[in-house]
Amino acid sequence: MEYEIKTEGQYTILMISGEVDLYYSPRAREQILKHLGDKKHLLVDLSGVEYIDSSGVASLVEGLQLAKSSQLEFGLIGVSDAAMQVLQLARLDKVFPIHASVSERLDSNK
Amino acid sequence: MESNHLAEIRFTSRPEELANLRKEVRKVLEKHGCNHDTIKNVVLGLNEACMNIIQHAYGEKHKGEIILEIIEVQGELVFRLTDFAETVDKSCIKSRDLNDIRPGGLGVHIINEVMDKIEFLDPPDGVGNVLEMKKKL
Repeated sequence: MEYEIKTEGQYTILMISGEVDLYYSPRAREQILKHLGDKKHLLVDLSGVEYIDSSGVASLVEGLQLAKSSQLEFGLIGVSDAAMQVLQLARLDKVFPIHASVSERLDSNK
Repeated sequence: MESNHLAEIRFTSRPEELANLRKEVRKVLEKHGCNHDTIKNVVLGLNEACMNIIQHAYGEKHKGEIILEIIEVQGELVFRLTDFAETVDKSCIKSRDLNDIRPGGLGVHIINEVMDKIEFLDPPDGVGNVLEMKKKL
């Protein structure tokens, strides 16, 4: 798993790629909680995710819950087929705000 | 009953072993001619089952061996996971209510969704748990 961080206006974009499994998901979780802890709206780009397991999904759920309790926005961007399959299996695909791209999310604010 | 033993993969109950396990399983199933969807689902289910062994059977403080056997029996793939941890209480292993949105506890549900049959076999002496999962070809 690799990640990159970008800032777009009031949003932090966390771009995760590769395999998010039990070994790597603590790093994803750490980044998600760090940026929400800094009171930043967070969009997690999953377009480069080739594999994600339930531990990776748990990190996303934790982020969503922390964002809600902190009155911040948390959304997923460009969810890859591999990631979408797991979200659907866990019946979480309707729980997360999902956007096709960062620009689509930002444009909807205009 | 005729069976075809496709692979036996032995590894240690460490999270960093999972990537290699997935790679090995994909290789075995591709060589056997399984289609993309079957491989994807099986890898997902096996990974979740191994995670449960690593996190809950052995636990974070203990490391032990896990053995995965892959067998084909009459058009069905059989995946048998053997560990040497303490025998788990089978009644505690079940899916949770998915309407309760919270982190964790999704592994058993995912295994049930992607596999056709899942059961714990009686472990022989010296073995902790034997989990058998089946997937029709």
